[in-house]
Amino acid sequence: MAVQTQLYAVPAIEKKESKNKNEVEKESIFETKSLNLWYGETQALKNIDLKIPEKSITAIIGPSGCGKSTFIKTLNRMVELIPSVQTKGDIHYKGSNILSKDYSAEALRTDVGMVFQKPNPFPKSIYDNVAYGPRIHGIKKKSILDDIVEKSLKDAFIWDEVKDRLKENAFGLSGGQQQRLCIARCLAIEPEVILMDEPTSALDPISTTKVEELIQSLKKQYSIVIVTHNMQQAARISDQTAFFLNGEVVEFGKTDELFTEPKDSRTMDYINGRFG
Amino acid sequence: MQYIDRLQVRKRINFRLRLNSILKYVFLGATLSGLVVLAILLIRTVSQGFAWIDWNFITGHLSMDPEKAGIMGAILGTFWLMLVVVFFTLFLGMGAAIYLELYAKKGRIHSLIQTNIANLAGVPSIVYGILGLTVFVRLMDFGSTVLAGGLTLSLLVLPIVIVSSQEALRAVPQTLGEASYGLGASKWQTIKSIILPTALPSILTGSILALSRAIGETAPLVVLGIPALLIPFPGGFMDRFTALPMQIYYWTLDAALVEEYANLAAASIIILLLMLFILNSIAIYIRNKFQHRF
Amino acid sequence: MTTKNVSVNTANLSTKQLMNEKKSAASIKNVFEKMVPAVLFLFAAVSVLTTIAILYTLITEAIHFFQRVSFTEFFTSTNLKPLSQNPSFGLLPLLSGTLLSTIIAMVVAGPIGLMAAIYLSEYASDRVRKLLKPMLELLAGIPTIVYGFFAFTFVTPLLRSIWPEIELTNILSPGLVMGIMIIPMVASLSEDAMNSVPNTMREGAYGLGATKLETAIKVVIPAAISGIVASFVLAISRAIGETMIVTIASGSTKNFSFDVTESMQTMTAYIVEVSSGDAAAGTTVYYSIYAVALTLFTMTFLMNLLAKKIARRFREEY
Repeated sequence: MAVQTQLYAVPAIEKKESKNKNEVEKESIFETKSLNLWYGETQALKNIDLKIPEKSITAIIGPSGCGKSTFIKTLNRMVELIPSVQTKGDIHYKGSNILSKDYSAEALRTDVGMVFQKPNPFPKSIYDNVAYGPRIHGIKKKSILDDIVEKSLKDAFIWDEVKDRLKENAFGLSGGQQQRLCIARCLAIEPEVILMDEPTSALDPISTTKVEELIQSLKKQYSIVIVTHNMQQAARISDQTAFFLNGEVVEFGKTDELFTEPKDSRTMDYINGRFG
Repeated sequence: MQYIDRLQVRKRINFRLRLNSILKYVFLGATLSGLVVLAILLIRTVSQGFAWIDWNFITGHLSMDPEKAGIMGAILGTFWLMLVVVFFTLFLGMGAAIYLELYAKKGRIHSLIQTNIANLAGVPSIVYGILGLTVFVRLMDFGSTVLAGGLTLSLLVLPIVIVSSQEALRAVPQTLGEASYGLGASKWQTIKSIILPTALPSILTGSILALSRAIGETAPLVVLGIPALLIPFPGGFMDRFTALPMQIYYWTLDAALVEEYANLAAASIIILLLMLFILNSIAIYIRNKFQHRF
Repeated sequence: MTTKNVSVNTANLSTKQLMNEKKSAASIKNVFEKMVPAVLFLFAAVSVLTTIAILYTLITEAIHFFQRVSFTEFFTSTNLKPLSQNPSFGLLPLLSGTLLSTIIAMVVAGPIGLMAAIYLSEYASDRVRKLLKPMLELLAGIPTIVYGFFAFTFVTPLLRSIWPEIELTNILSPGLVMGIMIIPMVASLSEDAMNSVPNTMREGAYGLGATKLETAIKVVIPAAISGIVASFVLAISRAIGETMIVTIASGSTKNFSFDVTESMQTMTAYIVEVSSGDAAAGTTVYYSIYAVALTLFTMTFLMNLLAKKIARRFREEY
């Protein structure tokens, strides 16, 4: 049982205040230190050292299989759901190492929300989809839930489209609406960070534009990490970009600089469409 | 505007995680509970019956005296039943499966037969007993013979054999058949020399499993009026017989009269389970040894 | 290409010619080719014939019964005294026995089977699942006569040592054992349903900080609910048709009652009792088993149909 109590230990909330005293760079929300990851025998991430700044949009680009999806799923430890995954190294989130055994993945995921490649609403009503997160975190009062649902749907730019049919099944929405609903579902738990794994890859151009506008409006409040294989999208919406290749970070910098004058020739090749 | 109090959320997480891991063990316990009962059942039966198994018990004739009673008649009866069931289900089952998978056009008739097979699989075994009693025992006047019992059990497991054979045929890659057609082989040639041999191990596995279902069946045999009397060993399809499950049934019922009969029932259960174990092992052996992987 | 052909023809003959020559013999073969599907069709038709035979025997013989005993008596009378001087043929005592044993079985198999399904589909690693599932299915492979023996010689005495009022034959013990027997059915069908819930849905819940438990209860089970309900309905149908366990362990008292400690007869056990007794063909008692069997057949058939309907709706959702 002693071991189990350890398992549940959650970093003390006071760490928030002590952040300024720490040497962690003031505006970085995630800091990975020589992060390595293996799927069985294959190494998917190699020595990743990245500082992801808060309240901005960080894009992760690279050809398929370069480890960008794996990387973003490591940030909220979703990667653990795949059997035979092994990690080495540290990821610091607000000063604590989230990869350490005594950091609860469930606690982490309430702070670090995620939006997935394909919209994945639950087979429930629109209302229940958004209220799911707050409910599992202990909010039962109807009036508060109502407020949360309304606010989240408004913040996700979908309130006007669904306010009259909150009790209808979410499967009845269009793909783009479903994805904005999933973003609303994520906002409802009031995360600090939102991870987005190619959130527009399954959407049509009009829906994509809407979601992109939404992402931009969210960066005032949230730190956003977005994986995309669409370089234009990265250039349009992100503040900084990391280019991944074969599990390594080739280049990381301000988005305008990375796209206009890349320092690495491989980055140059990629953004000019020579491979990928 | 903050609705969610982080401090509260974190306080709750310990509770939620503990609940999660407690229930994980409850769920595991539920999964294992059935196995625990199975273990008790096996241990009890073996400890009760094992001492009663000796050469005389296996090879001897039935007797009112528990010390002298043997179950050779029941064992032979079960073997005779198996012969009938194997003969009928293998041909009928394989043939029907070949027709449904490889010949039939996917239309009304096909789906009618298919639905019908699925429904038959859900009919209680005692209803088959009544069918056998009416048609084989009385109408065709076979009496309570090996043939009547075997035919009844064949009908009972036929849906299982057909469905598993269909699955086996479906697992044969289309490219194999196409290669044969490409060389100018006819449909039946292709089926006979390419598709069927490839699917045969799986078909046999499924049929053996169905056979083991058949020899454990009791209800239809009781309805057919299969006795557990002092009758001669069966020597042909038209002979009266008894079978292992029937022997177990009567000894269990009569345990109220003679206590030792319960031990004889336990001993017979061991023999029956042993036969099932051997059949299943053969099925698994065939599957692992011959099954092609595509 | 047989050796015979080679020996008759000279070395100049090409394979092609050999094959052409063989084609002359092909006309018989063509007839054969056409006969094969016809013969195989007859094989497949046996299953349809079986159904027709079942329906025909049950219905025609049940009609004989209803010519002598009224519908109302059969379905509403609580008296079943087939062998008395003044016989009465009420189904309700048998129905209460069947209902009670089925309820007891489902009280055991429902929750345990569902919990096992949750464990197997949401918690167990692939290795553990591959080990546990076949072991659990062993339970379904044990002949029912063995369960009957177990219920009668072990479970009943055990229950009586705890609860002395229980009769020597009673409906509780076979009900419980039947429940154990159908656990694998509920577990494996429910697990199939839960497994076919797309993983992206689980990820959505985990991504919000839900535990496995919360994901299973609030996302996976609601998403798989029709498949789970279908597995329950099939299990009920199975319990209704189960014969040997109740025949052995619950006795033959034709008792319209809902007291689990009492001896009670089910529909299936009644059929066994009458058919293995000496009821002469043509008597009302003899025909009564067809009426009972027809009722049993109809009930299980409707349940299976219902299960299929529910399960189909589930498949349409994904």
